[in-house]
Amino acid sequence: MNTRLIIQIAYSLLMARWKQTLVAAIGVTFSITMFITLLSFMTGLNKLLDGLVINRTPHVRLFNEIRPDSIQPIQKAPGYRSHYHMVRSIKSGNSRQEIYNSGAIMERIAQDPRVLGLAPKITTPVFFNEGNIEITGVVYGIDIEAESRLFFFTDYVVKGQAADLKNVSNSIILGKGLADKLLADIGDIVQLTTSQGEQFRLKVVGHFQSGLQELDKTQSFASIKTVQKIMGKANNYITDIQVKLTDINQAPKLAKEFNKVFEIDAEDIQTANSQFETGTSVRNIISYAVGITLLVVAGFGIYNILNMMIYEKMDSIAILKATGFSGKDVNRIFIMIALGIGIFGGLTGLLMGYLLSSLIDQIPFNTAALPTVTTYPINYNPVYYFIGGAFSLITTYFAGFFPARKASKVDPVVIIRGK
Amino acid sequence: MNAVILEAKHIYKQFYDPVKFDVLKDINFQVRAGEFVSVIGKSGCGKSTLLYILSTMDTDYQGELLVDGVKMTGKKEKELAAVRNEKIGFVFQFHYLLNEFSVMENILLPARKLAKKTEAELKERAHFLLNKLDISKLAEKNPRQLSGGEKQRVAIARAMVNEPAIIMGDEPTGNLDKRNSEIVFATFQQLAQEFNQSLLIVTHDPEFAERTNRIIEMEDGRIIRQ
Ligand SMILES: Nc1ncnc2c1ncn2[C@@H]1O[C@H](COP(=O)(O)OP(=O)(O)OP(=O)(O)O)[C@@H](O)[C@H]1O
Ligand SMILES: [Mg+2]
Repeated sequence: MNTRLIIQIAYSLLMARWKQTLVAAIGVTFSITMFITLLSFMTGLNKLLDGLVINRTPHVRLFNEIRPDSIQPIQKAPGYRSHYHMVRSIKSGNSRQEIYNSGAIMERIAQDPRVLGLAPKITTPVFFNEGNIEITGVVYGIDIEAESRLFFFTDYVVKGQAADLKNVSNSIILGKGLADKLLADIGDIVQLTTSQGEQFRLKVVGHFQSGLQELDKTQSFASIKTVQKIMGKANNYITDIQVKLTDINQAPKLAKEFNKVFEIDAEDIQTANSQFETGTSVRNIISYAVGITLLVVAGFGIYNILNMMIYEKMDSIAILKATGFSGKDVNRIFIMIALGIGIFGGLTGLLMGYLLSSLIDQIPFNTAALPTVTTYPINYNPVYYFIGGAFSLITTYFAGFFPARKASKVDPVVIIRGK
Repeated sequence: MNAVILEAKHIYKQFYDPVKFDVLKDINFQVRAGEFVSVIGKSGCGKSTLLYILSTMDTDYQGELLVDGVKMTGKKEKELAAVRNEKIGFVFQFHYLLNEFSVMENILLPARKLAKKTEAELKERAHFLLNKLDISKLAEKNPRQLSGGEKQRVAIARAMVNEPAIIMGDEPTGNLDKRNSEIVFATFQQLAQEFNQSLLIVTHDPEFAERTNRIIEMEDGRIIRQ
C-alpha cells in the first residue's frame, strides 16, 4: 500500500516536470541505444572476423610433427644406462608425416561424445607450372562432405561447384589468388609437380576464397583420393585429422588427452590462434567502455535534474514530512523518480538500440575478402539487452541516491519557518 | 473533565545563533479533548518555536512532551512521523498544498499514508469534510486555481482527514483578509463544537483569541497567563 502511494507521488512529481524528465530520460535512452548498437555491431564484427579463422580451423588438430626423436637409441641400450650420453648432429628421424593407424584413431575419436565431427586431411606442397614459371603452393586433400559440414567449405567456393571435387576425377579447386596467377578458369587444366618430382594434370572445378588473401594465393583443394594418387601413397595415407568439438573451450583439455592416448601431436585452437582472442577482448572492452561512459554522463544528467527538483520541491517535501511521511518515505519517493527515469529511458533505449542495429543489419557490406557477407554483421545477443537494462537501472539508482538522501534530510521546520 | 490530549512539561529550548539565548523557558501546559486554545504574544516571543516542538517536528529541546498520553520525547524520526500522521493535524500560515495533486488528492495524502481504511471509505471521509467546510465543488480542482481562503479550508480538511487528536495552526488566518479569516475561524469553531476537536492555534489577532475557549499568553519565552 505504502509502496503504491510512494510510486503515485513519485509519478505526480515527475509529471509536473515532464519536460526535464524527458530530457533526462532521453539521455539514458541515447546511451543505452548507443551501448546496444555498439556492442551488437562490434561483437557482430568480432564474430565475423573470428569466423574467418574459427570456422575454418579445427578445434583440435592431430598430426605428426617432423622433429628429432626425444629418446635416442643409445638411451634405450641397457649397457649404457648409467653413462652420460653425448650425441652430436642429431637428425629428424621421423621423416614421415603420415598418421599411423589413422583409420582406428578416427573411429575412436568419432565415438567420443564431446566431438562434433572430424575431417581427415592431407597436406602436400607442390609447384604449379605455368609455362616456364613455377608457383609454390599447397594442395589439401579433403573429404569434401565432412569439410563442408564442419568447416563450411562450400560457403567459400565462389565459383564452380564444391561437389565436383568428388564427382569429377582428377579435379582441383584453386584459391582465388592462385587462379588469377595461373589464369585458370573453370574447366581449364593446371599442371603441377609434386615434391617427389612427379607431374600431374588436374582439371579446375572451382575457385575458393577464404578472405585471407595470402592463403588464397597458395592454397588449393583436391579430394583425398586425388592427393593420395599424386603423392603415390596408399589409400589410408592421412597427414591431419581435424576435430571439431561441441564445446570449443574443451579443446586444450582434449588436445592433451588425444596426445597421450594416440601418441600423436595435438594442437588446440586456443594455442594456434591466441592473437584472435586478444583482438576480440580488446574490441569488447572498447564497446563496454564507451557504453558505460555514455551512461555515466546520462547519470550526471539525472543527478542534476533530481537536485534541481529537490530545491524546487522543498515546500512539498516539508509538507509531506509535516503530514507524517518519514525521511525514509521521502528518500524512496526520490529514488523512485530516478528509477522511473531509468526504466523509461532504459526501455526506450533498448528498443531504439534494437531498431538501430537492425537498420545497420540492412546496410549492404560487400567485400571481396568476405564472400558470404552481404550486409554489416550484427550480433543480436539478448545478454547485451539484459546488461544494458541492468546498467540503466544501476546508474539511475546511484544518480538518485545522493539527491534522495538530501531530500530525506530536509528539516521541515527550517522550510516552514523560512516562508 | 476531558482527557488530556497534549501536555508540555518543563520545556526549554535554546538557540546558539549568533549567541546562546533561551527561546523557551519552563513551558508547562495541557490541552484537553475538545478545547479550542489560542496562543498569543509579541512577535519573536517564541510561539512558532513552541508549536514546532509540540508538533514533534522539532526534537531539539529539553523537557517532556506527551501526545494523547504517550511520551514523544526521545522517539525516533520514523515513529514521530507516524504520530504526526495519525494524531496531529497541522495548518500553516502559507497554505502549503501540493500543486502536483488535485484538492481531493491533497486531502487524501495523509490518509493514504495511514492506510487504515479502504479507498472508498477515505473518499467518503474527504467528501464529508469538503461538504462540512463548504468547498465540495472544489474537489477536482488544482490548488493553483483556489483563493487564499479556499486553500486554507482545504488545508484544514487535510488536517482533519485522519481524525487527529489535535489540530495545530501557526497563524492560519495571518495571510487572509477579514472575510476569509472569519470563515476560517468559523470553521475551527464548528470543528470544536461538532466533533469535539481539540485545537491549538497561534494568532496575532486579539479578536480571534477572545472567541476561543482559552488563551495562552507568552512573553519572552515564558507563559505568563493561561
Ligand atoms: N533558527 C534560529 N536560529 C536562531 N534564532 C532563531 C531561529 N529561529 C528563530 N529564532 C529566534 O527565536 C525567537 C523566537 O522565534 P519565533 O519564530 O518562535 O517567534 P514568534 O513568536 O513565532 O514570532 P512571530 O509572531 O513573529 O511569528 C526570535 O527572536 C527569532 O529571531
Ligand atoms: Mg511565528
